[in-house]
Amino acid sequence: MKLEAELPLSTRESRVTRLARAVLGRQPIGLAFGAPYALFIAVLFAYPLGLAVWVSFHRYFFTAPGVSVARPFVGLANYKAVLSDPAVLRSFLNILIFLVINVPLTVGLSLLLATALNAAIPFRAFFRACFYVPYVTASVAMVAVWLFMFSSGGVVNSVLGPLAPVPSWLVNQNWAMPSIAIYVTWKQLGFFILLYLAALQNVPKELYEAASMDGASWWHRLRSVTIPGVRTVTTLITLLAIIVGANLFTEPYLLTAGGGPNGKSASPVLLMYQTGIEQNHPDFASALGIILVIGVLLIVGVQRLLQRNQT
Amino acid sequence: MKLRTVVVAALMLSMGLAACGGGGTPSSKAKGPSYGPISIWYSNNAQEITWGEQEVAAWNRLHPTQKVTGQQIPAAQSSEEVISAAITAGSEPCLIYNTAPAAVPDFEQAGGLVPLNDFPGAVSYIQKRTGPIASMYKSPDGKYYQMPWKSNPVVIFYNRTEFAKAGVSTTNPPLSTYSDFLATAKKVVSSGAAKYAIFPSPSSEFYESWYDFYPLYAAESGGKLLVENGKATFDNPAGKAVAAFWAQLYAEKLAGNETVTGDPFASGTAAMAIVGPWAVADYQGKEGSPAVNYGVAPLPTLKGNTSYTIPTFSDAKNVAMYASCKNRGTAWDFLKFSTSVNADGKLLTMTGQMPMRQGLQKLYASYFTANPDYKDFAVEAAHVIECPNIPNSIEIWQDFRNAWSKSVIFGTSSPDAALASAASEINKLASGSSSEP
Repeated sequence: MKLEAELPLSTRESRVTRLARAVLGRQPIGLAFGAPYALFIAVLFAYPLGLAVWVSFHRYFFTAPGVSVARPFVGLANYKAVLSDPAVLRSFLNILIFLVINVPLTVGLSLLLATALNAAIPFRAFFRACFYVPYVTASVAMVAVWLFMFSSGGVVNSVLGPLAPVPSWLVNQNWAMPSIAIYVTWKQLGFFILLYLAALQNVPKELYEAASMDGASWWHRLRSVTIPGVRTVTTLITLLAIIVGANLFTEPYLLTAGGGPNGKSASPVLLMYQTGIEQNHPDFASALGIILVIGVLLIVGVQRLLQRNQT
Repeated sequence: MKLRTVVVAALMLSMGLAACGGGGTPSSKAKGPSYGPISIWYSNNAQEITWGEQEVAAWNRLHPTQKVTGQQIPAAQSSEEVISAAITAGSEPCLIYNTAPAAVPDFEQAGGLVPLNDFPGAVSYIQKRTGPIASMYKSPDGKYYQMPWKSNPVVIFYNRTEFAKAGVSTTNPPLSTYSDFLATAKKVVSSGAAKYAIFPSPSSEFYESWYDFYPLYAAESGGKLLVENGKATFDNPAGKAVAAFWAQLYAEKLAGNETVTGDPFASGTAAMAIVGPWAVADYQGKEGSPAVNYGVAPLPTLKGNTSYTIPTFSDAKNVAMYASCKNRGTAWDFLKFSTSVNADGKLLTMTGQMPMRQGLQKLYASYFTANPDYKDFAVEAAHVIECPNIPNSIEIWQDFRNAWSKSVIFGTSSPDAALASAASEINKLASGSSSEP
């Protein structure tokens, strides 16, 4: 075997060129165009994530610049503190309750409504706008309406009469989190309906015609043509709903005055805010955040496995 | 493709790892007071802005080479959050006229505050102006990291129109004992005059206990702080009596536990409120909100109280000097300028809030003659208690609020047991140890 120095110049050049091409690709200008976004990701995601991981393994609190304090490595102590805190464990259970209600409701309702709105119905544009308005309206504004509707003397309880829960929805230990789940479902419906509507345009109409000719009912057409046809978007919507649910903060904070009755609607992100920002314990908050990320990844992983098995 | 992916991933990972061990860049500390331009923040209360702007203008006329730039504190969930973030970033101004005493221990721990003891004569200035209650604002190391500035002693406000509708006296309503208060509350609600008798915010934020539990505890206990000498004090007969009183109000639906938007007292939803003089302008309809025909009464106690000399919560906001300040000499001089007899008089006149200065009624006699509504607040101002100036202050208040919310507001556990459990946790925190490792 000849040493590289003994190889002809043209062969050496082609190796350098090949290496450069392997790293930079055929069109290095593409890297240049992508570099700003990569920098954005690195600065706004990679750096904070790395710092959060580091903070979670140390005793850490925020200080003014130039203030020198000890930040000893504490191993898994922050994680142990998080996992042994009853308020944290309760918040994870609250989020699980939220996801169990919100995700199927979101996927199911948005698909049904998108299917209905895809048909040639009167005032279709108006209905589409109606469903989209809550999504584009700030939560703070919508919350005021919801508080009014679901208060003890609100319109919902007036309609339900003796069937209304006592205490009322948002101050009821059993109904606080489900109420929030329903609110978030309603608020986000517009966006997910939009995604399904776009996906439905790609389902060939011939499949529906063929199914109709074979005598398939509306339900059979939905099950056999529509649902398989929009499977990719269903995966996306499920993923988005899980991520949004895991990061819940605004709705429990505004609807249930923070943690709700006996902490029954506190979310992990609320606890991160309280401990990390208000109480200056970012070490605890970071550990909680990392556990939340791992939890979401696990749920998403399970969801992907289930969907893959179904396929 | 695979090699490129590996190279890019390694670059991204190195960005993440570069964050490890990140700390502040060293900066030189100011050596001795220097003089020059400074910036200040004041609150976003309309009257305080007006006061702040005229103080800044007055100073700038006299000191053109030491210009002060003032602005409202940036908006956020709470001013403490804004200040914390500014301290960490090193972007806070020299002085903030909206420093909550409860947050001072955390700001101090972060190295964000300048001890005012550094300035010659500062201690005597503070103590001469504020009097004996100045001692509540000293930190555990004996230094003043905050200048006691103004208080808003909280008392009972009641809606005269709703009381009249319920057939309750509007000049001397029976509110002095807990049983009188409860009876009046029942009368007001059962008559339909108001949906609730009283409606303090049921939110789980750490500071909400300052407007339901703490004022009544101050009155009932004769002025005990939440924590004294490193120990929680509220797991005592006074604390239990206050908890039982509020628990009964909530259990009988005389106090609301649902989240509402706006001020329930201003809207007439609740017939009473626990607030201080800052709210008077609102209730007089000066701030655009509807006027309320209100009266004021002293805080009730178990055995009865009709005096404004009973302790109450101060709801104070103080002034602190922050570590990023370069021209500390100017900052200290402006601080004295803005807390002078003249400046305090303007603060009183323009905002109705009580400067933390001894002898208010004598010094500003003409104001209180013209505004007799504020006399009672001036009396109370000499009897206020503060949040304890101890480590882990916010966490302590949060633990208390969680226990209060669970047991008193939502009635899901016994108030006595909840207070005992909270006291046990708070004792650990007050000793300086944290619930975190």
